[in-house]
This record gives sequence, C-alpha cells and structure tokens, in this order.
Amino acid sequence: MIGNNETISLEAIPAVPFERFRQAVIAAVAYGARLSAMPVRPSADNGELTIIAVLSFPENSEIGLLTGALFDRWPSLTPDCAAAHWFEREIAEQWGITPEGHPWLKPIRFEPPRGHAAGCPETAPVGVTDFFSMEGEESHEVAVGPVHAGVIEPGHFRFLCHGETVYHLEISLGYQHRGIERAMIGGPGPRTVHYMETLAGDTTIGHVMAYSHAVEALAGIQVPPRAEVIRVIAAELERMANHIGDLGAMAGDVGFLPTMNYCGRIRGDVLNMTAALCGNRFGRGLIRPAGVEWDLDSELIDDLSARLEAVQKDVIAAVTLMLDTPSVMARFESTGVVSVDTARRIGLVGVAARACGLARDVRFEFPYGLYRLAHLPVNTWHSGDCFGRAQVRWLEVQASIDFIRQRLQELPKGPLSRDLPALKSDALAVSLVEGWRGEICHVAGTDKEGRFAFYKVVDPSFHNWFGLALALRRQQISDFPLCNKSFNLSYCGHDL
Amino acid sequence: MLRTLKTRFQQKYRTMTYPGGPAPELPARFAGRPVLRDDACNADCGACMTVCPTNAIALARERSSVTLDTGRCLFCRACEKACPQGLIRFTRDYSSASPTREGLVIGGGVDHTIQARNEPAAKFFVRSLKLRQVSAGGCNACEADCNVLGTPAWDMGRFGIQFVASPRHADGLLITGPVTVNMRLALEKTYAAVPDPKIVIAVGACAVSGGPFIGHAEQHNGAVSVVPVDLFIPGCPPHPLSILDGILKLLERI
Repeated sequence: MIGNNETISLEAIPAVPFERFRQAVIAAVAYGARLSAMPVRPSADNGELTIIAVLSFPENSEIGLLTGALFDRWPSLTPDCAAAHWFEREIAEQWGITPEGHPWLKPIRFEPPRGHAAGCPETAPVGVTDFFSMEGEESHEVAVGPVHAGVIEPGHFRFLCHGETVYHLEISLGYQHRGIERAMIGGPGPRTVHYMETLAGDTTIGHVMAYSHAVEALAGIQVPPRAEVIRVIAAELERMANHIGDLGAMAGDVGFLPTMNYCGRIRGDVLNMTAALCGNRFGRGLIRPAGVEWDLDSELIDDLSARLEAVQKDVIAAVTLMLDTPSVMARFESTGVVSVDTARRIGLVGVAARACGLARDVRFEFPYGLYRLAHLPVNTWHSGDCFGRAQVRWLEVQASIDFIRQRLQELPKGPLSRDLPALKSDALAVSLVEGWRGEICHVAGTDKEGRFAFYKVVDPSFHNWFGLALALRRQQISDFPLCNKSFNLSYCGHDL
Repeated sequence: MLRTLKTRFQQKYRTMTYPGGPAPELPARFAGRPVLRDDACNADCGACMTVCPTNAIALARERSSVTLDTGRCLFCRACEKACPQGLIRFTRDYSSASPTREGLVIGGGVDHTIQARNEPAAKFFVRSLKLRQVSAGGCNACEADCNVLGTPAWDMGRFGIQFVASPRHADGLLITGPVTVNMRLALEKTYAAVPDPKIVIAVGACAVSGGPFIGHAEQHNGAVSVVPVDLFIPGCPPHPLSILDGILKLLERI
C-alpha cells in the first residue's frame, strides 16, 4: 500500500502467483477498490512480462499494488471483474498474449505490437475486427466514422438498430494512436513534457499535473506552496472551460441555440483567462516538474478576478435559461441512463460516475497538491441520465468559480519552483489526478539509471467509453449526439 | 420567451469587427511569431538547439547564425530562455501562416515576408469557402480552436467560411494532427471525395511537420505526406486569430 504520489521500490511490490493475483484483484474490486491501472512491466529484453495491478482504495486513500508473472495465456479476470475488460484487451494487443475466457477480446488501439520472446501477431488494419451483428426484419446497422460530421476527433461507431431503437453500440477506436507510451521509455527528455501536454489537448493541465507529480515523487521533492496554488487555479479553469463548452454543446444537440451560442463564447472567455496566466489558451508551458513557469502579480490577480466576475454573471444567465426550459429538460431527462450498479461494475469515473450517484472524485478521495488543504464539494446526482451529467457539470462550474476566487485572494508568497534532483532508480510512482473528465492515473517505473523503463497513462476516457456504449442501449439513435456530448470522452487520450 | 429575449439582451452583441476593426486583444504572455537577431550569435554555443524538443533550430548555411523552423516549433519558449545573449524573442505577432513550407523558416539572413495568397483560392472561394475538417491524430486543441471560429465572437460565417459535414459539400480540407498511420486511409479517401478545384489547409505543428510526434513510426510527419498543402498555419495550437488570419490572407480578403 502506498499513498497518492508516493514511490515504492519495484522489488518491494508483493509478487504472487498469477492465480492469487487474479483472486486478489477480483476481491479488491468487489470490496470497493477501483482498478486504476494495470500496466505490464517488461524485463530488459522484453522476454518476461510482469503484470502490475494498481488498485485505489478510496476509503483510506491508499493505493494497493500487486504483481504477478504473466504468461502467453492467462485466465481472464474480466468474467469476474468487468472493470478489467479494456485493460486485458490492451495487454493482449500490446504483447500478443491471450486472456483465456475473455468474453469480448478485440484490439482497442490497433497499435503495432511491442512484442516479447514468443513473438507477436501482426496488427490488424485499423477498424478491422469482429463486430456484433443483429438479424431480423427492420434490423439494420448504422456505421459512422472515423471522420465524423463535426469538427471532432476520429473514431468508428457502429449502431445495431431495430427501427429507430439502438440495441447495441460498438465503438472502435485507435485512429489517434501516436505512440506516446513507447516514446516515454528512456525519458524524461526535452520532449517528454510535450507528450503529456498533447496527450489530450483539452486536458493539458490534468495530464501534465499527473506527470509532474509522478516525477516529483520519484525525485523526492515537493513543490513550493505558491506553485501548488497556481496549479490548481489552472486545473479548475480547465474544468470550467470544458464543462461550460459541454453544456453549450448539449444545448446545441437538442436544438436550443441561445445557450449553445452563449456558452461557446463564454468557454472562450475562460480559455483566455488561462492564456492570461501563461500565454496559451490550453495552459501549455505553465506546469513543469518541480514547479510552474509563470507567476501572478497583483495586476493579473485583479484582472482575473474581474474576468471571473463577468464569466459568472454570463454563465449563470446562459445555463439557467437552458435548465429552466421544459422542452430542453424533456430531452435531457431519462435519456442515456446508466444505472449506479452498472457504473460501479464497469468502473466509471469522473462526471459520468458522479451523475449516477457514485461519489468518485480523486480531489477528495486521494487529495494531492493544494487539495490536501482546500476542499471542493463532491457534486453527485442520482439519475445517471444526460440531465444528471449536465447537472453535475453545472454544479462543478459554480464550485470552481468560488474556489478560484478564494485561491486568487490567498496566494502564498515564495518561489515558483525547486531544483529537480535525479529520479530514484528501480522505483515505481503512482499519480492520481482528477482531470475535468475524471480520474487520470499515471504509473511511472524507472530502470537502474533512473530513466523511465515503462510509463502507463490511463485517461478517464479509458474507463468511460464502455459506459457510453451501454448508455445508448434502448435509446433512439437520434439521441446519440446528445448522449455522446454528455460524456464528451477523449479519443486521443484513449488512443495515446 | 420574454426570458430568452432578456438573456439575449444581457449577453450583448459580441461579434468582433476584425478585420475591418482592431484585432481582438492577445494575452500579454502570448508567444507569436519569433524573431532571431543573428548579429551576435555564437553558433558553436548551441544552447537553443539542445533544449528544443522538436529540433526546430538548425545552423544556418554560413554557420554564423541559426534558423528556426516555425513549422516544427511548439512555441514553448525553451530556446528563448536558453539563449545566453537573448537573441531569440517570441513576439506577439499572430500572423504566421505561409503557403509554402520554406516560408515558415525564419532567420539565416533571409527575409521571409508572409504572403499566403493562393490562385485557386482567391479565384474560386473568395466569397464562399466550405471546409471539411479532418482530425488525423490531433490532440483536440487545434480542433477546439477551429470550432471557436464558428462561435458568435469570431463568426467566420461572416466571410462565407464554414465547416461542413461531408467532403462532397466541401471546397477543401482543414487538417489537424500529424496523420497517424491509422488515419492515413481515411484522410486519403476524404481528400479524394472533395471535388476539384480544392485546397488543403494544415493547422498546427502536428499537421505541418508532425509536431511533438515527429519521427514516430506511428505517424507520417504531417499532412504533406499524404496530400498537397496550400496553406500551413504553425502553432501548438495556433491561436484562433492566427488561423482566421491565415485563411483570410489565402483568400486575399486582407
């Protein structure tokens, strides 16, 4: 057991035979732990593979680690632990080995295999895989993508429909795979932080923060208080901007144009606040391991406070107009429902989980940085539908505004960064961050020179894409844009 | 109904007057087109080259100065900080697009004036340009800032510029992302589906050169590897103003 942003020697992680590993993970998840990551650690020559389970126990804020040797065929965890579903598919694809008994084994990224001693099969061309099919009168399939109708990242969606009703949606991703995890090995180097900033462009702050925490843990330092405050201001601005944009886009998907237009603009106003902080609308170049690159002076604090005031006034008017309109509510309510039981079983995180009634929020459960001292409410809703996801977003926007306002008034004095010592060798660090979509997990393992031997990124989208597929069941196909936007998941964060 | 009108009144009229009026204000810390002073450069020092994440900086031919390829540049300012003599400076100039790849390279004693004009674009699409956007591995930052151009504040519909749902309705492509191996076929097919004459705009460091992913086996180092490009707009991501400025120059609207 370690805490968030703590390190452990790789040798100190308890190693057990695979069957015990399997039972322990299944039992922990049934007990209430989250399977936050399941990276594979290859030996130096890729000959032997070790699987590592990263289990987060929210009730005592501890992260449990367990390893086991992995063989060419292993008994799948998925039938007894649905949250392991995509992790096992990922491992099977990357290393050419098979979880036996996995109910639905398909590639998830169509990435070139990393290979090991036994040799890996060729990668299938992207999108070429087994899809479910349905037969019968009036049944039909609708295939969408990879190039969608809007200005949006690519992915392939296949709807199995009977009339207008969707029986099942299959989502096939991988089009955005850019080889980030492979390129992390041997780092950190000059490019490493840029991989993190472009991992999912709308979550620049979230991912670079998780990465910085992992590096700081491995270097054994803590950043100065002033830097911690500036980091959370940026993180909450990122949350606000994206939630406001999503509320506007959801309005657009039900044809309520006033809120769509206002929120589209207000989102830009929030991005411009981030740009006032560091010159970049997405927060690039602000956070670096060991600190932050830009400071706030009193003039900028006044400027940001005034802008925050204006944004608050505009966004309250724009969003309440939508939420008070019965025709909008009629489309939001009971659309795309995910039950709390399903959410728990498949391991949803972030807004999607909180909208089902699960109080999952890393800022509260595994506090890091300034969140150890300054708390935000965990906003949940009970309905699990599109309205629930809109409502959670709206509550979070308001909480973030208040939170940023306070932080701007209480900026501690001191330096912005520290010197960064060399990273510990043969160690592992786990970093959990609540990005605006949900739990971000970075797992960094170093070699004997203190360089990255492996680096695993789990974007919240990785846990939540399957939730979107389930939300679409028994829905009208015309509700897909609304459901999709209510989740607003990342393609590149998933594809890496 | 009354409330809708009241909210409309409260939100005010926000569409900018640019390019007729002043450009929207850029943040004070904005990193726009860099300038290089090569008077005192000691090319043997190489501090800027060491820190550059994408090898955007190279020795100029005469070895007395360096050149900076803004097409590869992530505008991270690492070189600005590293140069012991302060010869690299990022200005607030948002105008950075070029119709040629070479036009993005600055320094080395060559004066590159940005002239984005394009014959078919200015001839056929000056009043109506419909674009199909293809994200070919983009991180969603470039995509987001293209979307912004459709919001009321920017309203690029004022110029007849619009994103459309089908390539068959489009006059050209706007490509973001380094063109991943997994998106190559989709991009080729989308390009083929756009009727002639057509133009291609590459937005962002990834689409121009591969950006942070330059050299990775999983991608193709930018849009030119697959389709001919008529306009390169550098940046990571480019500011919406840089994107709009580039397209308007291409169309000879400014």
